[in-house]
Amino acid sequence: MSAIAARVAAVNPVARLLASVPLVLGLVFTIDPVSAGVALALELLLMPLTGIGWRRFWRVTRIVWIVAPLGAVTILLYGQASGAVLFSWAVVHVTEGSVLLAIASLLRVLAIALPAVVLFAGVDPTDLADGLGQVLRLPQRFVIGALAGLRMLALLHDDWRAITLARRARGLGDHRGPGALVRQCFGLLVLALRRGGLLATAMEARGFGGDTPRTWARPSRFGRAEVALIGVGALVAAVAVTAAVVTGSWRFIGG
Amino acid sequence: MAGAEVSGTDAGAGVGAAAVPGTSTADASGAEWVVDARRWGWRHAGRRAPAVSGLDLRVARGERVLLLGPSGSGKSTLLAALAGVLGGDEDGEAQGELLIAGERAQDARGRAGLVLQDPDAQMIMARVGDDTAFGPENLAVPREEIWRRVDAAQRAVGLRLDPDRETHQLSGGQKQRLALAGVLAMRPELLLLDEPTANLDPEGAVEVRNAVAAVLTDTGATAVIVEHRVDLWWPLATRVVVIDPGGGLIADTTPEQAAGELGGMLAARGVWVPGRRAAAVFATVSVAEPGTASIDPVADAPLLVARDLAVARRRGAPVQTGIELDLRAGEVLAITGPNGAGKSTLALTLAGLLPPESGELSAGDGLAAGAGARPWRWRSRQLLTRVGAVFQNPEHQFLASTVRDELAIGPRELRRPRDEIEARVDELLERLRLAPLAGASPFSLSGGQKRRLSVGTALATRPRILVLDEPTFGQDATGWAELVALLDEVRAEGCAIVAVTHDHELIAALGARELRLAAGPDTAGGDTRLPAAGSAGAPVALQDRARP
Repeated sequence: MSAIAARVAAVNPVARLLASVPLVLGLVFTIDPVSAGVALALELLLMPLTGIGWRRFWRVTRIVWIVAPLGAVTILLYGQASGAVLFSWAVVHVTEGSVLLAIASLLRVLAIALPAVVLFAGVDPTDLADGLGQVLRLPQRFVIGALAGLRMLALLHDDWRAITLARRARGLGDHRGPGALVRQCFGLLVLALRRGGLLATAMEARGFGGDTPRTWARPSRFGRAEVALIGVGALVAAVAVTAAVVTGSWRFIGG
Repeated sequence: MAGAEVSGTDAGAGVGAAAVPGTSTADASGAEWVVDARRWGWRHAGRRAPAVSGLDLRVARGERVLLLGPSGSGKSTLLAALAGVLGGDEDGEAQGELLIAGERAQDARGRAGLVLQDPDAQMIMARVGDDTAFGPENLAVPREEIWRRVDAAQRAVGLRLDPDRETHQLSGGQKQRLALAGVLAMRPELLLLDEPTANLDPEGAVEVRNAVAAVLTDTGATAVIVEHRVDLWWPLATRVVVIDPGGGLIADTTPEQAAGELGGMLAARGVWVPGRRAAAVFATVSVAEPGTASIDPVADAPLLVARDLAVARRRGAPVQTGIELDLRAGEVLAITGPNGAGKSTLALTLAGLLPPESGELSAGDGLAAGAGARPWRWRSRQLLTRVGAVFQNPEHQFLASTVRDELAIGPRELRRPRDEIEARVDELLERLRLAPLAGASPFSLSGGQKRRLSVGTALATRPRILVLDEPTFGQDATGWAELVALLDEVRAEGCAIVAVTHDHELIAALGARELRLAAGPDTAGGDTRLPAAGSAGAPVALQDRARP
């Protein structure tokens, strides 16, 4: 199992991205509990193969477990009414239909988001850029530019602190409220543009931005492991959709 | 693009083989000069005066040119042009011709490698190996060859790092050496260094200089170097070229002549020349004798007192502890010490911008004047007349769109009368030699001008204490002298000055007493406070020169 986990960990980020595509396609058009439930069950069975420990699993998926129930509760209370009314108060109508709908959407969000988050947690942006540029052949300037820009995001926080100190030092720190906030945001924008300009110069000075195609120092491999991972994603989607159709619960959205 | 292609056969020879690239390249293009500027000039879009004009300069293969000139004379503009990163028609207007090995500079991508001043702005990739590989990738060098070049370039600058090491963890000196390696891996015909050590402490500067020296010796590369730390770089130069801010050149000569018979003339024009630093100062301005302030510092009660003070940028992570100091009106305190010792954090704390981590920091009645004893609790407006702060990176404190407005921000917040504000701003513009740039954006100024402007913003409201973080970074000789004269003047008027600095001449010129911080508590361990005895190896020596 650890051998499989090691293989999964080394899978190209592009394959990780593509593996969730069949699931999204399979589950996004139907709104029934069976397809999503089957997919989720299969995913939870497969989860240990990725080598992700339970502790790390909970940590990276925490946000999913918070958002999914919130969405479900909203649908439960305000969703399209159908069947027997179980509870009613003002605009709130809890019906048999909305209960089913809420469960279905909860399962659906979990079934789509959990594997995506787990597969994508810890993907190195550099590896992803390598993959996007070499495997998917996205425009090189765009991919490398975005990668370099991404690193600058981390500096925004430092810049914000620096501007806060500067405004205090310059006598503007007492101004509070939306106006001051807008001005401080503007200051942040100026600094970010400035940084971007400097970075662009540094990149250009190293030959970036020419018309000639560039080479890649590290190959981004796309082999059997990558195909297999996408295959697993497709298989889970196929089984889930089949189960829904066979049990007769398949329901096109809006249908 | 023949020049960018280097066969893989010379991999073992390191960077050298390419820095003096196949003579075939030169023969093929028929270029005998690596740099050939003919009446070249450049005017930045939106500026009336050209940054460089009427420049004639030819640099032969293997020459190492130290490019000097007063602040704002267009040194950085010339280097950017040589590197082909000055931009196109919308960025400015070019005159004349600028050729790199016979090819127009803007078309000669990858032929000239540029190392810039700011270490952080040059880290392009997250990993050390990728960063060095970035240039060769862009030049479409084959994969196996890239990694040979990465290895050779990092060895050439003396970096032995794991290729997966993250670039943001490196020290300033390491970052600059990595930037140099990134340039060397492109095997440029021309190496361009734009103040590569300006943002580094003395140890980091020596580290980078030695790496450059090793590369130049090994490879015989052609180089153009802009630096204000001339003492450090002079030994590497084979030629000294001095740009005239008014157009053309002031001098084009040997280092011996530039330091010798031409030295006096160059110093008078505001150019740093080895050994003439002090002479330049006293020739251009008259600094009051150190320690002759009209106020007797010792007699007054301290403005600011620190006892067992610990400072931190983030709560719970002190970078320096056990700091003791008294600051009196009319005196200058220099805070020195290695990178990471918490000098800037202490400066921000003394300036009332950060709360102390622990210990005591209190303002005397003379300074507090009814605002309470704790500077970090003062209102922002109350700080203006009490403590002025100049940050290490001037860009971090610019808040206005013109130089004039930048200087007026503080006085306006104090609700001073309009004509008084105008008079104060005009006075500062003159003193800081920024009057011709009053309408320009602060971000568009040269490095030395930005720093002078940031000092001006702090002085505009006449604070009782002035806290400066590296005030003399990037100054030419004239700017340095004027800054020293200005600081001496405000000190004589009774302002107390705290300066974080590596500049020993500044400390000497202002007669400052020195508070030397040791490496932070992480590295030194335990209590870093020691008595004021001048024990050289002590973790912290509180050298108090002014008092016995």
